[in-house]
Amino acid sequence: MNTGIEQPVKLYEKRIPVVTRSVKGRFRNLKSAILLLAYSVYFVLPWLPWSRHDAASQAVMFDMDGRRFFIFNLVVYPQNVFWLALLLFISAVILFFATSLIGRAFCGYFCFQTLWTDLFIWVEHLIQGERPARLRLLKQPWNAEKVIKIGSTHLIWLLVAFWTGMTFILYFGYAPDLLHRFFIGHAAYAAYVGVIGLTLTTYLAAGFMREQICAYVCPYGRFQSVMYDPETLAVAYDVRRGEGDRGRISPKGELKDRQTRLNQGHGDCIDCGFCVQVCPAGIDIRDGLQYRCISCGLCIDACNNIMDSMGYPRGLIRYDSEANLAASVPKAPYIDWKRWKLLGYVLAIVGMSAGLIYSINQRTDFEHSVQQIRQPLFVVLSSGEIRNRYQIRLTNKSDRDVQYRITAKDLPSGALDLGEMQNVTVHSGKSVIVQASVKLQPNQTKKYEHFEFVIQSLNNPTDRAVEAASFYSEKAE
Amino acid sequence: MSQDNKQTQGPQTTGHAWDGDLQEYNNPIPNWWLYAFYISVASAVIYWFIYPAWPIGGSFTKGFNTITYVNDKGITKTTHWNTRALLMAETNEAVAAQKPYYTKVANTPFEQITKDPELNSFVVSAGKQIFSDNCAPCHQQGGAGKIGFAPNLTDDDWLYGGHFANIQQTITGGRHGYMPPFAEVLTDTQVSQLADYVLSLSKIAVNPASAQAGDVLFHSETAACYYCHGANAKGRQEIGSANLTDKIWLWANVPGADTIAGKEEAVKNVIRNGLNKGVMPEWKDRLSADQIKLLAVYVHELGGGK
Ligand code: SF4
Ligand code: SF4
Repeated sequence: MNTGIEQPVKLYEKRIPVVTRSVKGRFRNLKSAILLLAYSVYFVLPWLPWSRHDAASQAVMFDMDGRRFFIFNLVVYPQNVFWLALLLFISAVILFFATSLIGRAFCGYFCFQTLWTDLFIWVEHLIQGERPARLRLLKQPWNAEKVIKIGSTHLIWLLVAFWTGMTFILYFGYAPDLLHRFFIGHAAYAAYVGVIGLTLTTYLAAGFMREQICAYVCPYGRFQSVMYDPETLAVAYDVRRGEGDRGRISPKGELKDRQTRLNQGHGDCIDCGFCVQVCPAGIDIRDGLQYRCISCGLCIDACNNIMDSMGYPRGLIRYDSEANLAASVPKAPYIDWKRWKLLGYVLAIVGMSAGLIYSINQRTDFEHSVQQIRQPLFVVLSSGEIRNRYQIRLTNKSDRDVQYRITAKDLPSGALDLGEMQNVTVHSGKSVIVQASVKLQPNQTKKYEHFEFVIQSLNNPTDRAVEAASFYSEKAE
Repeated sequence: MSQDNKQTQGPQTTGHAWDGDLQEYNNPIPNWWLYAFYISVASAVIYWFIYPAWPIGGSFTKGFNTITYVNDKGITKTTHWNTRALLMAETNEAVAAQKPYYTKVANTPFEQITKDPELNSFVVSAGKQIFSDNCAPCHQQGGAGKIGFAPNLTDDDWLYGGHFANIQQTITGGRHGYMPPFAEVLTDTQVSQLADYVLSLSKIAVNPASAQAGDVLFHSETAACYYCHGANAKGRQEIGSANLTDKIWLWANVPGADTIAGKEEAVKNVIRNGLNKGVMPEWKDRLSADQIKLLAVYVHELGGGK
């Protein structure tokens, strides 16, 4: 149907509220376990103490003023932004890997949107009751009961949202102190903006937008389809088994008996609608794989419960692959990891992780850069000697003052001149610039065109960096 | 999807009809879009009240928002919000942030500054800024100067001395180099001889006989070069006369000429016409004493400092 022309399509439709039924089962338990773990990490981490010399004793802290991140014993400086890039790459590839293997597992179990929506629905359920009660409440006119129930739900949502935002900013300062300053009005402007912003977005996203975020806002939901293969496991309704030849039918009278149903050409689906009622995305999985499905597995639990109560075998809705479902003799669902694409992902993940670990292990406690001064590139002195100059920048990333010695490898003695700074003390967290000059006789310049600076911490013998440098000279005059 | 099922009624039109049957469909824009538009309009109105917005004759609406800054005469001013005042206010902040370092530089003896890594680092970065803003037009960005125009500050040759105090004095009071022209006094041969002598001092292979004659002339009362450049031709820093025995050239572009004749010509030009252009302006009115001190250390650190 050519709706665009003949019939004006409404561009924006009011959201139809999704009121989900609660469900018990394996996947629900798994979800709850992950949720508990994720919340414990998120809400408790900023309060975890950690002993540190020169900064707040907090295990994980993003110190914006000091331009460094503390993650347990690791201190990350802006110069290490490469690690962040690598970490993001690794995470992305893990996501691709997981998606090809088991579909939108991230969406259904780990995504913040799912986690917070789950929590909000749980609050809703706690106060307003099970799905039928909530639907009734939704339809009934405003009265004291409705005001109290809806009001308290929103109040708790707001409190949760507020604490979510609050916790987020606690990562950016020493938590007990920051919390105190926040409430007496002495925290930074950004803290208030952050908390208000996150409170509102959490409240809106988990309270009102829910599945709309997944369907319309989330970019990952948009491009996941390119990662699906026929072998990918996804939540699927076994149409052949559920519908039979004559379709699903509710179990009345003799149709309760499975054998009778099969004989009459009906499938196992008793059309109870449970799978639809529990779905947080508000869809009917029996319509087939669809982009709104976040693979949360709740419909599997719902249907399994029904199958159990009917005495039919489980797994009418299950994690299975398109290929297997279509096979003439389907095997038990299995994870098909023997695919080139997946092996490629594994290779990338292993390679990049190794790179990241190596890079983190190779870090020195100081940051350095050696820059040749290029204006002018070289200077001819009155004696005819040629001089190059270098600017060495040292940043002490450790938590105590450190003395460094700068030397040059492969240069004739006396060629390197550091003024007063052969040994230079740098305070913790500070940077200094050391000007080095190298003087060579015109006939030496060819020989020492390449040499190395060695920067050595005098406090810690293993902390040492070698930096290659070049010597420029004019064509001999 | 759900919305598709509801498209049962016929299309809506605006109700207008032209030529009997020409009609226009009514496709309203979505409400969220409309609200976003209204909010933008409201924001624009709020903006008019807060910031300068509307021209009125020779003036304009100035808005409620004000900004306070200290101008270069030290007077605190509050005006309507504008980017110029904003720049001033931000400059004030930057200056205040640098203040403790400047004070420390001002109160620390020169030699002490170069021994203090952090103070020295500050001098290198702040000095670079002052140098680029004020000195680089003549001495070039990195201080390499230009032959015939401004001296190289990165080598070890100094016309007026390369100690901290000399440099500070040069920046504060400026300098004016002068060498009289000899075209009227000397014959062309004599000028050539002198040029050869000067080149030979820098170990450039010239006609030895001519250089010999130049040597005599140099120390004679006829040319009297030794008055300024000294009997050993090493120059006199009190008056800024050049050291002629090193390989560094400021006014005669000797390194730039490929042939001996060309190098001779470069030197001869200077002897014939003299110099009245070695002018370095005084900076005491343009830069503060603290800035000049910092700059002196910076220039010293460019590599040539004694
Ligand atoms: S269809 Fe099933 S797996 Fe998909 S979102 Fe709904 S409940 Fe979750
Ligand atoms: S829960 Fe199972 S039996 Fe009930 S409607 Fe869904 S698929 Fe059919």
